[in-house]
Amino acid sequence: MSSMFSELSFKDLKFTRTKLTKLTRREALWGLFFLSPWIIGFLLWTLGPMIASFVFSFTDFNLLHREEMQWVGLDNYRLLFTDPNVKTAVSVSLRFAAIALPVGILQPVLMAALLNDERLWARRLFTTLFYLPSIVPMVSTVYIWQGMMNTQTGWINRFLTAIGIAGPDWLNARAWIYPSLVIIGLWGVGDMMLYTLATMQGVPTELYEAAQVDGAGRFRQFRHITLPMITPVIFYNLILSSIGIVQYFLVPFVLKGPNGDPGNATWFYGMHLYKEAFAYSKMGYGATLAWVLFLFVLIVTIFLFWSSKYWVFYQAGEQK
Amino acid sequence: MATRTRSSRPVHTSSVLQRQVRPALAGATFTLFTLIILTAFLSPFGYMTVTALKDRPMITESSTPILPSKPATFTYEGEEYPILFVPDENGRLHEWAIIKKGREESTFIDPKNPDTGPIQWTGKWRTLESTWELSPVWENFGYAWTQLNMLRLLRNTLLIAVVGMIGTVCSCTVVAYGFTRFRIPGKSILFMMLVSTMILPSFVTIVPTYILFERMGWMGTMLPLMVPHFFANAYNVFLLRQYFLTIPREMDEAAMIDGAGPIRTLISVILPQSVPALVAVGIFHFMWAWNDFFGPLLYLSTEIDLQPVAIGIQRFNQQFSARPHMVQASALLGLLLPLILFFLAQRVFMRGIVFTGVEK
Repeated sequence: MSSMFSELSFKDLKFTRTKLTKLTRREALWGLFFLSPWIIGFLLWTLGPMIASFVFSFTDFNLLHREEMQWVGLDNYRLLFTDPNVKTAVSVSLRFAAIALPVGILQPVLMAALLNDERLWARRLFTTLFYLPSIVPMVSTVYIWQGMMNTQTGWINRFLTAIGIAGPDWLNARAWIYPSLVIIGLWGVGDMMLYTLATMQGVPTELYEAAQVDGAGRFRQFRHITLPMITPVIFYNLILSSIGIVQYFLVPFVLKGPNGDPGNATWFYGMHLYKEAFAYSKMGYGATLAWVLFLFVLIVTIFLFWSSKYWVFYQAGEQK
Repeated sequence: MATRTRSSRPVHTSSVLQRQVRPALAGATFTLFTLIILTAFLSPFGYMTVTALKDRPMITESSTPILPSKPATFTYEGEEYPILFVPDENGRLHEWAIIKKGREESTFIDPKNPDTGPIQWTGKWRTLESTWELSPVWENFGYAWTQLNMLRLLRNTLLIAVVGMIGTVCSCTVVAYGFTRFRIPGKSILFMMLVSTMILPSFVTIVPTYILFERMGWMGTMLPLMVPHFFANAYNVFLLRQYFLTIPREMDEAAMIDGAGPIRTLISVILPQSVPALVAVGIFHFMWAWNDFFGPLLYLSTEIDLQPVAIGIQRFNQQFSARPHMVQASALLGLLLPLILFFLAQRVFMRGIVFTGVEK
């Protein structure tokens, strides 16, 4: 019932040194043989690049003028903290996160609660249909919503006009672009919804029966039984959503192009990194941006894991 | 639940009613409520389908119906006349074709029985509303298909997806087997490192990886989109590990006693029992590869001939952004195959997802 991050507890690490007999050594060698694709991959595509990235961050390496590479010390880091585009990118990302994160946490829980309600008929059919948008490729999703949000021909504003409300310019008004991006994001939470639903279905029914005997209504049952029991999934979602937001790129890029329209409002950190590293080939600076991003994610993750012991509820015996 | 506590009382008709009708009513209300939310949630699919079947006037003129329609006409004595809604003196509406327009009086014909001859009608014909008939523009798809060069996009996407799928399934199986069945010193640390790679934003490693591929001369080839998948990834290893843990260890021990080595045990004991999980991993990778945009954007931006569907659609829509019907037709072409795949393997797919995120 706990999410896979419950595996990430440091307590279960054992550093005991056992004498390897011939047999256990054979087993260990076979095991390492089977793990080798991942170990090699980890060195090649994760650890190696991270170290290389760190080294590059002290150079002015540019793919277009590679012979002229020089050590520049902390220049890239100095540039990063004075670059007005970085300031824009950070503030855009934070403002977006302030709306996207709460919605991204609440929506799967609400949808799962709806689908888990015993009053609902044809629950499996509803689950499949609510899941459906999640299998739509992102590029298609973006274009479908772009059409929906068109001020003249889109269904949203036609509907609003029909009920007497003048709809906003969803995609070109600075005030509306973040809500619009969040609405597009509503189509991508299917997996989280399924995890949450499965966890809700795993809550022992005795708990609800006991609560009913005590006279607790639906809302109180949800608040005091369901919610604590699904905190591991909420935690998992919180971590993955936070990481999703720091590298948010595809939707604004496909929707509004690479220039951060309207008026820098979609100049996300990922967009800035993409432009510097890959449009201008400034690999040294790109690596610096990536490393600072990594440190930020590391701090946020450590904070979330630290906070989890105060609000994430693991059933007894489950925290291995 | 209140009804249950009352069941000891003598049964009155009202309580029977309460016990049976009230839950049914609650169910109906709740289901209706959910249905309304679902309709709003899925309405963009409707918008896409309907728009993809329209032409420009059907989209831009706000008086046109939601479904792709054109004004209905009727051919009378070799000429086409528009059909209008015409009220008679009793206020009943008829669908008549207007054959002669006049300021105060017009002549109509009833398309259902044209033999009765022309009908004189007094009133201003301009106030009458026209009737519509369904007229989907199927040609949009043909046009989008050829303009996108969809066959080439499909070939490229399938090639990238299938090679990557083989790599993912093989490598993740092997690694998950190693994690579930062998005592290895430091295994818990290794597993923790595996899980923590999920938290690592891909942007952190992308710059050196890009330089590496550039150095190897893989720019403008599909190799950067295929080769890394032969080295396993955390999500799918985790899913398969969870699945392998449910297979009783006694079964591989029996095979080992019969003289099977670890590789034989994997192939003859573990794999045959893990087909649903392997299929799920394969489908996940296929969906992921179909969706991947950033990889091809970096490595194939100069090679139009090798680009996959996601990039092809984006390029197409930069040209056709002023034609909503073309944009939506391309969006529909882009989601059709994943949608079909989802419906074919729905159960395996949705179970696999639950298996990744939730520990059994």
